[in-house]
Amino acid sequence: MIKARITVTLKNGVLDPQGKAIEHALSGLGFGGVGAVRQGKVFDVELAETDKAKAEADLKAMCDKLLANTVIENYSVTLT
Amino acid sequence: MKSAVVLLPGLNRDRDMIAALTKISGKPPATVWQTDTEIPDVDLIAIPGGFSFGDYLRCGAIAARMPVMRAVAEKAARGVMVIGVCNGFQILVEAGLLPGALMRNTSLKFVCRQVKLEIANANTMFTRRYQPGQIIRSPVAHHDGNYFADADTLARIEGEGQVVFRYAEGTNPNGSINDIAGIVNEQGNVLGLMPHPENLIEAAHGGSDGRALFEGALGIAA
Repeated sequence: MIKARITVTLKNGVLDPQGKAIEHALSGLGFGGVGAVRQGKVFDVELAETDKAKAEADLKAMCDKLLANTVIENYSVTLT
Repeated sequence: MKSAVVLLPGLNRDRDMIAALTKISGKPPATVWQTDTEIPDVDLIAIPGGFSFGDYLRCGAIAARMPVMRAVAEKAARGVMVIGVCNGFQILVEAGLLPGALMRNTSLKFVCRQVKLEIANANTMFTRRYQPGQIIRSPVAHHDGNYFADADTLARIEGEGQVVFRYAEGTNPNGSINDIAGIVNEQGNVLGLMPHPENLIEAAHGGSDGRALFEGALGIAA
């Protein structure tokens, strides 16, 4: 079995109101010097596949087809 | 003119859409379920608002990948009119039938109120019964209506007249870029908008500003 972690983040230039609110909340807690905060998503996926190259190709296809909206988001795939 | 309404689990404005289409066209629309792979021969397909699949992953993301949406895309490619309202708009952008994306409202709050809309392009099947620049009223009710498109896409849709509805008179409820409330595809037969015109079609609603949209699309005399 192969385990993977997929990280989905907003592209540069895409407004992130939730990240902004988190940024303000951190400042409110007294954490000085907090720059921009951007919120993203993490998916931990288990695959029955044993071939790493095949698994990686499948995971990328999953990102392109569903897990990420490539209009606004980037993704990265790491086998763990 | 015949119409059909797409049904998906978690939608909650489907009955409003069915009532509006029935009252305006004089006959009830056909309904198609998420797993249906064929849509009857109709002139207009409506995707109502709500929270399909609980808004899991991204609003409209899972609905956009259901079998019925492949059928909608095939019909759209053949020129059938498609209208997506609210969650329906989110589903159309997730399905790639309309450009851009709908992000969380800048206020981070769910907005449920009446806004004013400017008819930014009266030269579409959906807006031909309005005057260019006309201001109409419409209810909105959403959490993720903040339209976003990259600079190139934005320039293209603005240049091609694909922006059809704009929030007017300072009523932008969600931070949407260029006050965009609704857009059409390049061919002009697929419309997505966050406001709910189906909820303002008769006196009992407090007005009928949304009625002309359906009358125009269905080719019904006012």
